[in-house]
Amino acid sequence: MELYQKTVFELSRLMNSREVSSVEVTQSFLDRIKEVEPHVRAFITHTPSMALETASLVDKKRLNGDNLHPLAGVPLAIKDNISTGGLRTTCASKILENYIPPYDATVFKLIKQVGMPLLGKTNMDEFAMGSSTENSAFFTTRNPWDLEKVPGGSSGGSAVAVSTGMAPLALGSDTGGSIRQPASFCGLYGLRPTYGRVSRYGLIAFASSLDQIGPFAMNPADCALLLELLAGHDPLDSTSYPGKVPGYVSSMEERLDGMKVGVIKHSNEKGFDPEIKDAVTKIANLLEKEGFAIDQVEMPRTDYGLGAYYLIAPSEASSNLGRYDGVRYGFNGGGDNIENMFSRTRGEGFGPEVKRRIMIGTYALSAGYYDAYYLKAMKVRTLIRQDYETAFKKFDILIGPTTPTPAFKIGEKADDPLEMYLSDICNITDALAGVPSLSVPAGMHSNNMPFGLQFTAPPFCEGRLFNVANYIYRNRDPLLPERPPASFRKGGTE
Amino acid sequence: MEYEVIIGLEVHVELHTESKLFCSCPNRFVQEPNINTCPVCLGFPGAMPQMNEEAVEQALKASLALNCEIALTSYFDRKNYFYPDMPKGYQISQYFVPIGSRGSLLIEDDLGSEKQVRIGRVHMEEDAGKLVHSISGEGSMVDYNRAGVPLVEIVTEPNLRSPGESRRYLEQLKSILQYAGVSDCKMEEGSLRCDANISLRPAGTETFGSKTELKNMNSFKAVEKSLEYEIDRQKKILDSGQEVISQTLRWEEDRQETIMMRGKLEAHDYRCFTDPELAPIKLGAEKVEEARAALPEMADAKAARYGRDYGLPPYDAGVLTASRALADYFEACLAIYDNPKVVSNWVMGELTACLNEEGQEIETCAFGPEKMAELLKMIEEQVISGKIAKEVLVKSFRGGKTPRQVVEEEGLLQISDHGELEAVVEKVLAENPDSVEKYRAGATKVIGFLVGQVMKETKGKANPQLVNELLVKKIDG
Repeated sequence: MELYQKTVFELSRLMNSREVSSVEVTQSFLDRIKEVEPHVRAFITHTPSMALETASLVDKKRLNGDNLHPLAGVPLAIKDNISTGGLRTTCASKILENYIPPYDATVFKLIKQVGMPLLGKTNMDEFAMGSSTENSAFFTTRNPWDLEKVPGGSSGGSAVAVSTGMAPLALGSDTGGSIRQPASFCGLYGLRPTYGRVSRYGLIAFASSLDQIGPFAMNPADCALLLELLAGHDPLDSTSYPGKVPGYVSSMEERLDGMKVGVIKHSNEKGFDPEIKDAVTKIANLLEKEGFAIDQVEMPRTDYGLGAYYLIAPSEASSNLGRYDGVRYGFNGGGDNIENMFSRTRGEGFGPEVKRRIMIGTYALSAGYYDAYYLKAMKVRTLIRQDYETAFKKFDILIGPTTPTPAFKIGEKADDPLEMYLSDICNITDALAGVPSLSVPAGMHSNNMPFGLQFTAPPFCEGRLFNVANYIYRNRDPLLPERPPASFRKGGTE
Repeated sequence: MEYEVIIGLEVHVELHTESKLFCSCPNRFVQEPNINTCPVCLGFPGAMPQMNEEAVEQALKASLALNCEIALTSYFDRKNYFYPDMPKGYQISQYFVPIGSRGSLLIEDDLGSEKQVRIGRVHMEEDAGKLVHSISGEGSMVDYNRAGVPLVEIVTEPNLRSPGESRRYLEQLKSILQYAGVSDCKMEEGSLRCDANISLRPAGTETFGSKTELKNMNSFKAVEKSLEYEIDRQKKILDSGQEVISQTLRWEEDRQETIMMRGKLEAHDYRCFTDPELAPIKLGAEKVEEARAALPEMADAKAARYGRDYGLPPYDAGVLTASRALADYFEACLAIYDNPKVVSNWVMGELTACLNEEGQEIETCAFGPEKMAELLKMIEEQVISGKIAKEVLVKSFRGGKTPRQVVEEEGLLQISDHGELEAVVEKVLAENPDSVEKYRAGATKVIGFLVGQVMKETKGKANPQLVNELLVKKIDG
């Protein structure tokens, strides 16, 4: 088994016992990138020399006998909307194509502190607006299970990097499904933590009340380990949660006997793939055998989630993206007066989906429309939050599909924004409620594409998600492939 | 026709704090551009605002000092618009729920009776940067040092009725905010800025006329002048049967007139919504009461106390409490030398003259209250005469030495030695036989002249009382 195929815990153990060095581990992933990247194109920026430098520094520290974090020397990839000081951070947008942040995001600071080598910055939909990476201003990332399909988005690059073994871990961001949906499409674990659990300082804002940074990993334990590093209060992020970070890893094996699991009953499951619906039942049965109590749960306001989301998120985006005016940084379109410069910079710098959302948001916040759109959407959001509060009075954890279908074809929904938005239908209400949600690989579709199920817990109960995911992980079908086939085929069976 | 003048004022005041409203950059004026900046106040991607508690406390103080109702929960909202001096494409302000509302302030109306000016709201917001236009025409630069500096905006209801009322409102507002320690309120330096809305309506009617907005006034005087000008302009328009166009006008100080800045009063759509990057501002009722109790004594209360406790005439009390710095000086002086009227005379007279002459501020001048007290004590103890004291004050003020040092180094000690003075007195009497004659003939007033001569001989150092006594004794004897 190659190093790149090992779990993070295994890599950490090997490095700790000096059986391998971080340079060797890092090199293994760099080699894998060389091999796989041309097929899938997950990275916007590669940072091999930076990675090896960090790795050799960690190796030296280890030889010195320094006390190191379990993640020291474990490389990772970071979504290109997380500010990395001195290193280009593009948001997959032309407007930030050559933007080099003058400071580090808090999560990157933490990552540097423990000595995790950065392999590169991953592709995404421009400003995290999209579900397929097709909105990247640079290129579309391919789904490694079928190169004609999308990897999901917006954090598609990060999902692909981890699922193909180009990185053992990656950071993504989730505003309305941008971690969980690609995790489902690419067959790996992707967590959206509770809003406020991980500092957003330095995450280039799309919709501030919804954005959340989270990890991708190949198993629940690796995911938990990375969250443990990232979570915690940050005085630079006023919305970050001051509460203590529990030991996610240490409590992973605790038995959860008698825990109540609510199976989400979607009021409209027309677009849901029957195989995915079956998988939900199968997993529920498995959990019942493990001693969980299973029942159905209705979330009456789910239907309004998508509408509310597509008013709130664009409204915030229209404001958050106001700063890209060409005055201080980023692309400048020129012009002979201020209005001219603003409109050329923004007209040429932003892609069509970003413009669409800026326009929707600008409209929704306009005088005369604010009450009917933005304010109404915020009221719906409150009701949705109440749905969750009610559900969590009865249930300890909720389960449902991550996505209604497995990955779709590149180009299939590119011309139909509404169809594209619907692919996040299962992810949006969690985001509006601010609750944590983990996508867990749940099997293979008969078309040979992976798909995930999603577990949702009350705020700040990520530990519970890892525990349940661990049951699934331990009981996974040993015959099903964990990684995409090495051949990187095009066109799977339908 | 007779018109009623309707004026409302919007005042922006820079809060006195260590750091900016949402980052730790210093809130201090510096010449060099873009020195006090960071990713937050420059609006870099991903940077987030952090709340400055001190600014909230200052805004709370301002609201309380202006008798506002305090919102125990208020929010920061985004006001979206594009301008190069606005780094984020939006200004963080309080749109929906201001920290203070429904306040008031007392002034004198034009007839001298008390009038309550109603204040609609007091809200916090961040300042913008400054555009610097090159004269040679090679474009404009932006200085973001001021971006993110905490402000409060204080908006009156439209219930000011004349330019004079408006000026008095501003003076009173400045005094209150200075006393509360909220801001230095220097309009010339931009730490207080005022825009005015003004309209006219036929006397006795209820409907408001179309208003204009006046900007670019750099002093209270300019606010008054610009309003006078605008009243006149609007009157002429209305008298000729035309309508006043709603527009923004710019006061041109050099030409003493308003000129059009923006054609129509642009109806901006700022698309305000609550900033999702900041938590609500929560103030406990207890904290508000603490802040209220901790408010310092304001000018009016202080002036009344000066009259009551120190027996100062209203004029003195008014002058001394006109600024908090002056009142603080007076009180500090009084704490060492307890003679209110004497201190008042010297502070209002000699010291103020010195400050004006040297162009200095009372809070930073070298002649602190302890020096003033020392000087006045020396007069009382007859170490120096009052006349010499004036000289000593000027020298101490300029050179920074204590009054005692000045007196000692320059040999200005008062001559109270009988023997020494007797010799001079005799000399003066011998030189002025006419005056002695007159005195003896009953014109006792000439004694003043003779004292003056002695003082002249002694370069003002003679103890005047003693000289007087000696002269009388010699002539009568």
